[in-house]
Amino acid sequence: MSSKDGSPISRRAWLGATSGVVAAGLLKTQADAFKLAAQEAPAVASDPTKVPGRVTSELGQRAPAEQPRRLTRAPALSSSSRTPLQDLYGIITPSDLHFERHHAGVPNIVAEEHELLVHGMVDRPMVFTMADLKRFPQVSRIHFIECSGNGGGAYNPNRMPTTASPQSLDGLLSTSEWTGVLLSTILREVGVSADASWILAEGSDAAMMSRSVPLEKALDDAMLAYGQNGEAIRPEQGYPLRLALPGWEGNANVKWLRRIEVTDRPTMTRDETSRYTDPLEGGTARQFSFVMDAKSIITFPSYPYVLPESGWWEIKGLAWSGRGKITRVEVSTDAGRSWSDAELQPPVLSKATVRFRHLWNWDGQESIILSRAIDETGYVQPTVQQLWEARGERTRYHQNNQRAWKISRDGSVTFGLGDLI
Amino acid sequence: MRRAGAVLCAVLVVGCSGSGESLAGGSGSVVSGVGGSAVITSLPANAPDRFDFGAAASDARVAMWDISVKPDGEGLPTGRGSVAEGQGVYLTYCAACHGATGTEGPNDRLVGTDEWDEWPSGQAVGNYWPYATTLFDYIRRAMPQLTPGILTSDQTYAVIAYILNMNGLVPDDAVMDATTLPAVEMPARDRFVVDDRVGGAAIR
Repeated sequence: MSSKDGSPISRRAWLGATSGVVAAGLLKTQADAFKLAAQEAPAVASDPTKVPGRVTSELGQRAPAEQPRRLTRAPALSSSSRTPLQDLYGIITPSDLHFERHHAGVPNIVAEEHELLVHGMVDRPMVFTMADLKRFPQVSRIHFIECSGNGGGAYNPNRMPTTASPQSLDGLLSTSEWTGVLLSTILREVGVSADASWILAEGSDAAMMSRSVPLEKALDDAMLAYGQNGEAIRPEQGYPLRLALPGWEGNANVKWLRRIEVTDRPTMTRDETSRYTDPLEGGTARQFSFVMDAKSIITFPSYPYVLPESGWWEIKGLAWSGRGKITRVEVSTDAGRSWSDAELQPPVLSKATVRFRHLWNWDGQESIILSRAIDETGYVQPTVQQLWEARGERTRYHQNNQRAWKISRDGSVTFGLGDLI
Repeated sequence: MRRAGAVLCAVLVVGCSGSGESLAGGSGSVVSGVGGSAVITSLPANAPDRFDFGAAASDARVAMWDISVKPDGEGLPTGRGSVAEGQGVYLTYCAACHGATGTEGPNDRLVGTDEWDEWPSGQAVGNYWPYATTLFDYIRRAMPQLTPGILTSDQTYAVIAYILNMNGLVPDDAVMDATTLPAVEMPARDRFVVDDRVGGAAIR
C-alpha cells in the first residue's frame, strides 16, 4: 500500500484514513464501500475481524499459503506431470492438479468445431458435434485414472531415491467426477455389427494417439466424457472429449477423441505393441494389459513430512482397484509383521480411489509403515517380491506392489522399499 | 496357427463371450436390437430406439479421417518406396531424434537385433515390434514429431523400408508397398501373450 506520493502508508494510518472517509460521509452507498474495500483492503490483515474482507469475485483463488503444484519433468512434447497426492484431502483431485501424460503436447481444440466420427462395422456411420453428444442421456461417475507406468520407481529400489514423495512415486493417479454419455448409447445409435469385437479410439492430438479396446468394455461402462468435476473437461485431460474406461490404464482413455472405428480385431497400434506391453520372463510380453490391479499408498506420513514428536498420529492414504470396489485396506506399522484393518472413508465406489485412515500411537522408535489393498475379487496388493516372482524384473508397467515408508527416530520420513528387501 | 494368431483369437473369444455374459446378467439394462445388431446399453426406459442426433458420415468423410492400418495391411495406401530412397528420408526427417543408425537417440531406439533374452533396453523395431504395418500406421499419425503428417505415402514406405533394412529384416533392394509391407516377418511376432491377470487370489 502506498500513498499518492509513493511513500508507504502504515496499516494504522490506512485504517484511520478509511475511517475518516466513512466518518465524513463520503461513502454514499454500500457499493462505494465495496469498491473501497476492493481497492484498499490489505492482502493479509493482522486481525481479520477488524478489517472488511475482499468482495466477491468471478473466479476463486486458492489461499496464498496453499499452492499445491504438479511435479513436471523436463519440458518435452511426450511427457508427464504428477498429482501432489500428499497435499490433497478426500478422493477428488482438483482438476488443475490432475496428472498429465501427453504423447505430443496438449492440442488447442475449438469445441464448437470438434466432431466425433463413428464408423467401421456399423449400420450407420455418423458424425457427432459436441452439441449432439451433450444432447444424449448423460451420466456422471467418479473414477480414478492411473497411468500404467505409475509407480515404476517402486519396482526397483535402485531406481527411486529414498527422498521420494507420494507425488514422485505414484502421482500419475487422479480421481475425478466424469460427466458424459455412455459409449454404449452412441454405439446403439450407430448400430454395431454382430461380428464386431473391438473398437479403435483415436485422438486429435499431434500423435493421433490410438488404442484398440475390446467391444465388451465399450458396451460395459465406457464413457465419452466432456465434463470433469462440474466443469468442462480440462485441455490437459482431453478437452472437449475423452474416452473414459473406468479402471483401465490411463493411455487407453484416449484424450481429444475424434474417431471411433468399430472393428473385428485390434489395429495393433504403436501404443499397444511397442509401448504399454509388459515383457515377462521366458521371452514373452503381456499385451492388452488394460486393468489396473488393486493398489494403495500411504500419503501421510510420507516424505517429505516430518513427525515433530511421538504420540498419536493418523496414518492416511488412498486405495483403488480397476476391478471394482476396495473391500479392505490393511496397515502395518512393523514392516509387515502384523497388520490392522484401516478404516475406509465412504463413499467406497467401484473403480474409484477410497480414502483410508488408521490411528497410530508412534512410540518414537524407527518404524516402517506400509499398506495393502484388497478388492472385491479377493485380490491382495502384493509385495514386490511376489511381483518379481510372477513377472520377472523387466516389466515397466502395472507395478502395484506395496509401498513402505520408514520413519526415523528424528521423525523424518523416507521411502522405505529398500529397507524391506 | 502361429502363436500370436492363437493369442489374437483368444482375445476375441474373451471379448465375445464377455458381451454375452453382460447381455444375460446386466440388471436394469436394455438390450436393443437395431438393424439386426445386438447392443447392450443403459438408458432411460422411455428412450427411443434411435435419437437421430448427429449426421450421417459420407464415404468421403470417413476416407478423409480413416488413417488406421491393420496388421493384414488393410488401410495401406497406394505408393511405394525403396531402401535406397528411404535413407534420404531418414537422414532428413528422423536421424536428428533417433540417431544416424537408429540406435543413438536421444529419442526411441529404432534398431535392435538382439535376441529377446539378451535385449537390454528399448523396444526396437527389430526385436520388439510384432507387426511391420504398425510402422506405417504410427509414422503417418505421429512422425516426424514436430511436423507430423509431412511425409508422402511414398516417403513413408521408403523410410519404413530403410528402418526394416537397418534391422536386418529386409534386403538392400527391398521395396515396400501395400503388398510387401504386411508380408515382412517380424522376429517379435509370436512373443505377445494374452493378459492373464483376472483378479482373485493369483498374483500375475
